[in-house]
Amino acid sequence: MADNGRKADTVTLTIDGHEVTVPKGTSLLHAAETLGTEVPHYCYHPGLTAPAQCRICLVEVEGAPKLQPSCVTMAENGQVVHTDSPAAKRMRQGVLEFYLVNHPLDCPICDMSGECMLQDYVFEEGREKGRGREPKRVFGRDDFGGDVLFYGDRCVMCTRCVRFMDEVARDPRLTVVERGSRAVIDTFFDRGLEGASFAGNVVDICPVGALVSKDFLHKARAWDLDRTPSVCPNCSQGCNIELHTRDNLVQRLKPRENREVNGHWMCDYGRANYEWMNRPGRLEEPAAGRGAKRCVADWRSALEHLFVKLREGAEVKAVGSASASNEALAALAAVAGAAGEVSARVFRSPRAADEVPLPGFPLLVRRRDLASNVDGAGLLGFERTGDDRANGGLEDVAGHDGALLVLGDELTDQNEDFGAAASLYVYLGTFDSPAARNADFVLPVTTFAEEEGSFVNAQGRVQRYRQGLQAPGSARPAWLVLGALAAALADGGVPESAGDVFAELVAAHPAFAGLAWDGLGDRGAALRTEAVHG
Amino acid sequence: MAYPYRHESETRILSRGFGDPAARTVAGWKAMGGYEGIARALEIGREATIEEVKASGLRGRGGAGFPTGLKWSFMPKDARRPHYLLCNADESEPGTFKDREIIRWTPHQLIEGCLVGSYAIGAAHCYVYLRGEFFESTRVLARALEEAYEEGLVGTDVMGSGVDIDITLHVGAGAYICGEETGLMSSLEGRRGEPRVKPPFPAAVGAFGMPSTINNVETLAATPHILRHGGEWYRQWGTDKSPGTKLFCVSGHVAKPGNYEFPLGFPMMELIEDVCGGIPNGRALKAVIPGGSSVPIMSAEDCRECPLCYEGVEAAGSMLGCASVIVMDDTTDIVKQVRRMAYFYAHESCGQCTPCREGTTWATRILQRIEDGRGTEDDLDTLIEISEQMTGTTICVLSDSLAMPIISSIEKFRDDYLALIRRGERVGAA
Repeated sequence: MADNGRKADTVTLTIDGHEVTVPKGTSLLHAAETLGTEVPHYCYHPGLTAPAQCRICLVEVEGAPKLQPSCVTMAENGQVVHTDSPAAKRMRQGVLEFYLVNHPLDCPICDMSGECMLQDYVFEEGREKGRGREPKRVFGRDDFGGDVLFYGDRCVMCTRCVRFMDEVARDPRLTVVERGSRAVIDTFFDRGLEGASFAGNVVDICPVGALVSKDFLHKARAWDLDRTPSVCPNCSQGCNIELHTRDNLVQRLKPRENREVNGHWMCDYGRANYEWMNRPGRLEEPAAGRGAKRCVADWRSALEHLFVKLREGAEVKAVGSASASNEALAALAAVAGAAGEVSARVFRSPRAADEVPLPGFPLLVRRRDLASNVDGAGLLGFERTGDDRANGGLEDVAGHDGALLVLGDELTDQNEDFGAAASLYVYLGTFDSPAARNADFVLPVTTFAEEEGSFVNAQGRVQRYRQGLQAPGSARPAWLVLGALAAALADGGVPESAGDVFAELVAAHPAFAGLAWDGLGDRGAALRTEAVHG
Repeated sequence: MAYPYRHESETRILSRGFGDPAARTVAGWKAMGGYEGIARALEIGREATIEEVKASGLRGRGGAGFPTGLKWSFMPKDARRPHYLLCNADESEPGTFKDREIIRWTPHQLIEGCLVGSYAIGAAHCYVYLRGEFFESTRVLARALEEAYEEGLVGTDVMGSGVDIDITLHVGAGAYICGEETGLMSSLEGRRGEPRVKPPFPAAVGAFGMPSTINNVETLAATPHILRHGGEWYRQWGTDKSPGTKLFCVSGHVAKPGNYEFPLGFPMMELIEDVCGGIPNGRALKAVIPGGSSVPIMSAEDCRECPLCYEGVEAAGSMLGCASVIVMDDTTDIVKQVRRMAYFYAHESCGQCTPCREGTTWATRILQRIEDGRGTEDDLDTLIEISEQMTGTTICVLSDSLAMPIISSIEKFRDDYLALIRRGERVGAA
């Protein structure tokens, strides 16, 4: 430790009695964080500039005449810092009391309750009883436009929202008006946040319940939500997110920090597109037989019959999906390959007219491809077909007289004759479809929210997502269904997890060489560059 | 037109031209020795100019009293980036009206001071940030500046020296906080008038992100005289730690309030009783705020032996500030005075820092409740604690400025508060 401190690029200091060595230019707040000490803060946010104005992160630095704001005070060699000294604690208690002088304390009806930094800090260190006797200031409520509602009375004036719109979205639509205790966040005239592309992030970074989502308003309490690390399925950027679920329904999507992909942010388009994950009327049980002869089967008998049919061999055409996991697509490719000569492996995927970049965090772009695994599908040998609305392009497939495997494409633009000529037609999906009428086997699979798996994003990064919902009925992950079939066809072992399928995928597809399931973690890992561009 | 506020014992350096309309013209100012200071500066060079001001011991007249020459020497020596001189003419400290008089009577004194300062720090551009309510001063200064440009005293090739110095007048919108140096810079740049965190200090990152120095009007106005006569000449007045002369703005309960120029260290009671004609109507002195409203209140007893210099007022438990002496006789309702001051600070807080934004307003409302006869003795403890929480916890010192009068008034005039709280009696309320 001490040796490192002498190097030019690091400094060694003491925080609360513990020596710590950090890179030069590290703030005291971050240095404390490396020791597991959270210094309370409101205005500071790792994705924004620090104005050092909330004044709750002040710490005692020996030798300094006053308490120092830890968010903008840089660590120096030999510094002795106390985050928990009587002076620092007293100051924090004072700042918290100042906040509460005008705060409405409407926690029982506030959406932020349970994840509110004011609630947490006051609970932790605030005075037992406030001394404010004066009537409270009232700002009331304002519709900021878009999905954002403003409760002025709850605001702690940290200005994170203003700075996000200025610095990150570079779309300055919020500001502080008036001054002193009359200061309040406001929009410019009537323009508001309507039509902004990233404004939902101001709700995430608001440390209190001042900015709330209209969509989520009074929908669920924070403590009733389960939070599952996942990847946004709504475009090929693959923003890291959390699924917030309750009652087996997705209640909202929240960004999850990943500085390689999305920073702390996600776009409004991705955030708003989650209702489809809760759509009722799902395929729940496997079924076999065409048209009127269709009857429900159990998985064992359905797969046994299907296995026999696949062994008959035929020319195979496979329709995959750019929303399916790498594991499902690889297993589909394996099944198709084992069943016969594969003459088509295609997928259809919608494309937006334009990209929507986030200027202040250039890595994050709402991509044209509005599906999560376009790049994975490509690497696994599937070719794009159809138009930008994911229609058409299946003319050869629809009338194919060999084996036809469809995974995750609802075929909404196809008619009832689809697959009529096929010797074997297998439809794996989440919803039934008129075009599945001729399917010999209709197999219910899970959505990404109901399974584990991985996607490859537009940067060539393989990212895992986890299961946040229970699957309806007997629906099973496609990697499990197809992986079991592929294993049976190749006399291999049945995969027990998505990780098993991924290991096989890595062995079979050089583009994924060198990657391991556990190594992907919750942050993902980049494919080798030649795999992406070669 | 005779200047109404005169006393024969004054030492008139800065105020020599007050009341004389001729001093507003280039010719008139030159007749009084004007523009000789900048001429000498241009002759002896930058470093020597700074040294001369250092030698004079001149301290900043805006309130903090920081040595001016030292401040100038903080500016980077290289000229890779533009340097700016900012003249703080946002005079808005309650009780202060000295800069206004300098500008409206001797605009060329300020222009010359700006030239000296700009030259010393290597600035080709000086901004004078004027208080928004200074209508007359702004008009006078603008006219004088126009003439100075015409005469070749300002602009390209100042007085044939090859040095370019432009001066721009910027009129604020009337916010107290824009008189805080970094708040002024934010406002000058077109942003909200909000002070900035230091470091970085203005000499490194100031206006428009460039190295900047900011000086008060009175400070800059003193520099031409120092250059013209030398630093040692300036030290003939004042004390060792507070050299030179100073304008004292006396207001409140005195017979002849006004601006009076005296050497620093001048006895406060002499200023009140002799120069200003004492307290009218035979009343007794109750309290003095010696440096503008942002400093601790002094009781009559504290004032007895107090010399008006930085160290003297500090020893008496307050601060010289910008030497704005507010005199209060025994008819003064201290609670009401403090409440009114608190209202001012609450109104002028920029609202960035929590302790100031919430604390100034909260304190005002408690004081209002006490004044209305609905206070309790606990309120005094709360007020002191709020004030302590507002001291040293914010980006700038606006909230400290309210904390000082609150704490000092409760310490020194607790009986006034208690009379209101316990018996509903307003002490001294006329």
